[in-house]
Amino acid sequence: MTKHTQLADHYLRSLNRNIVLIIIAVSVIPLILVSSTIYYQFRISYQEKVYDHLRELVQSHAQNIDQFLQEKLSNIRLLGDNWGWDGLANESTLKERLAALQKCFGQDFVDLGVINENGVQIAYAGPFKLAKADYSDAEWFHKAIQSEFFISDVFLGLRGLPHFIIAVRNNGENSPWILRATIDFVRFTTLVENIRLGQTGFAFILNNKEELQTKPITRPTADIIAGKTIYTEFLAKPSVSSGRVSMAVISDNARKENIYIAAFLKKGDWLLVYQQRTADAFADLNKTFLITTVLMFFGLVAIIIMAFTLSQTVVNRVAKADSEKQLMSKKVVETGKLASVGELAAGIAHEINNPVAIMVEEAGWMGDLMEEITFDESENRAEFERAIKQIQTQGRRCKEITHKLLSFARKTDATIHDVNIKELLEEMVTLSSQRAKYGMVEIRTEFAPNLPSLRVSTSELQQVFFNLINNAIDAMDHDGGTLTISAQQRENDLVVAVSDTGTGIPEANLDRIFDPFFTTKPVGKGTGLGLSICYGIIEKMGGKLEVESTVGKGTTFLISIPFQMDAERQN
Amino acid sequence: MTPPLVMLVDDEVPFVETMTKRLAKRDLNVIAAFSGQEALEILDYQRDVDVVILDVKMPGMDGIETLKKMKAAYPLIEVVMLTAHATVESAIEGMRFGAFDYLMKPCDMDQLIGKVNEAARKKQGHEEKIREAHVKEIISKRGY
Repeated sequence: MTKHTQLADHYLRSLNRNIVLIIIAVSVIPLILVSSTIYYQFRISYQEKVYDHLRELVQSHAQNIDQFLQEKLSNIRLLGDNWGWDGLANESTLKERLAALQKCFGQDFVDLGVINENGVQIAYAGPFKLAKADYSDAEWFHKAIQSEFFISDVFLGLRGLPHFIIAVRNNGENSPWILRATIDFVRFTTLVENIRLGQTGFAFILNNKEELQTKPITRPTADIIAGKTIYTEFLAKPSVSSGRVSMAVISDNARKENIYIAAFLKKGDWLLVYQQRTADAFADLNKTFLITTVLMFFGLVAIIIMAFTLSQTVVNRVAKADSEKQLMSKKVVETGKLASVGELAAGIAHEINNPVAIMVEEAGWMGDLMEEITFDESENRAEFERAIKQIQTQGRRCKEITHKLLSFARKTDATIHDVNIKELLEEMVTLSSQRAKYGMVEIRTEFAPNLPSLRVSTSELQQVFFNLINNAIDAMDHDGGTLTISAQQRENDLVVAVSDTGTGIPEANLDRIFDPFFTTKPVGKGTGLGLSICYGIIEKMGGKLEVESTVGKGTTFLISIPFQMDAERQN
Repeated sequence: MTPPLVMLVDDEVPFVETMTKRLAKRDLNVIAAFSGQEALEILDYQRDVDVVILDVKMPGMDGIETLKKMKAAYPLIEVVMLTAHATVESAIEGMRFGAFDYLMKPCDMDQLIGKVNEAARKKQGHEEKIREAHVKEIISKRGY
């Protein structure tokens, strides 16, 4: 590989790489920027929406639960006020009232009890055997007797089942008494259990001692315990107790991020907590992200494939254009050389022709004078005549030389004829046969039958073949060899090959053999104009003259001339 | 036919001198000029020149320029262009501007004489026609 080819390859590889990088950069950077911006904005907006939704959900449920408790409290208070101690201390009346309440509100009320100021249940209506039960030591009784109404935390109590009670204090004529109702725990828990979203969203109630007041059926307690620290924080927050909803997003012990939303119930005694895994809450967002990522990935792959394909196409075209340009440059240089040498030759011809013309005229004048002078018939007169004739002959020779010198430099007025190529080549072979014989060169001909005629100048074509045949014989001058001349039709071209088995042309000389005045022949034997003239003539005919050579094996000159020249060239 | 009067114009002095002598020896009347400008000046007083042998490439006013001016002033004069081969195109261009023919240096004397005689005959033919037309005009004017 030559240095030039290496440089060209390096340039094309670099061009290929640059085009690929530019296409990828120009396509991918805006794509990533736009996609990231859109996704970022969408993510923020979506998160805000989800958080707002969850806050609203928790707040509305907190209000519902508070309303539920207030409603139950009002029912009991109304019952106490309407029926008083006398009415409700009677168990049958109390049972009637419980039945009436259950009829109105379903199974919300489990039982009713009337407790005197000493903590003894005077009357009881309900499924448990709690008549005459003594609550004097119960914590709730002490709290209930001291306030107008009381809603307890969940506890097991005498019945041994988790429940909570609602109690109102009635100030009797002599002493205060308490009307107590137990709320159906399952039904109350259902109110909280209804707050469920996604796969991991659930809610529960804690009291201010961080004890569970409802136990989520669908979630393990471990999930609740995992977020214990945040419950303490929520309980300590005044903003939460003032009715506002608080939110936090933190990772639990299992390093999983959770959303925690809390709202106080019962004027700050209970905390309604909603908890959900962030990944679950944003499942749709993550799904969208996944789809976008997959689409982007395929987009990137498509861009990369396109970049490589496009770049390869461009590089191939550049390489082709480059090679055409090189060929063109070579031709331009060749033509330029010929043109400049042509101009030089034209100048030389002019400068030589003038003195030669004077010489010839002077000789002519001498000839004219000789006719007038009466010489004796002597050897001198004959010598004078011979010398004058010689001057004229050599003058004409000079004219012919300058004519030849000019013939490759400018258009000749050679007329175009129909040339039978076979006949012309055979004539050339005959003319050269004597010389070939002396050089021990065997001439072989291989002419395809029925070759069409060429519309060219006969003398120019003769000049080309004469030059090539002479060169071939010269190349085999020392040891002899074989000169093969073949002619055939290839599509619209006549292709003539003149091959010798001579010494061949070194690669370094191959580029220069068509240069004017370039010759490898001994001094005085070649002018270096022969191949330049051939090249110019074949080019003028719209054809090509090429050379293939291997040192030690021989050289082949390939001439291709179109049978039909285009109109422009003919003109 | 009387021998034509020929003017030889070339900047190559030896060529002009020898050629003048050779043409004169062949019974031609020859005037020599060594530049286009000199040729035009001679024509100012020597108007009966029949043929001009004019070199194409000369310093100063070249052959083509001289030809243009010559033909503009004296349209009947016939001009044979002479070129040292390198300016064949110029000689052909000269023919477009009214030159009779062209020859290449060194030229054959017989060929040159032939061309000069042809050109002279052409000029004399033109003059004859003009003269006849003039005579006819006078006759028609005088009513003979």
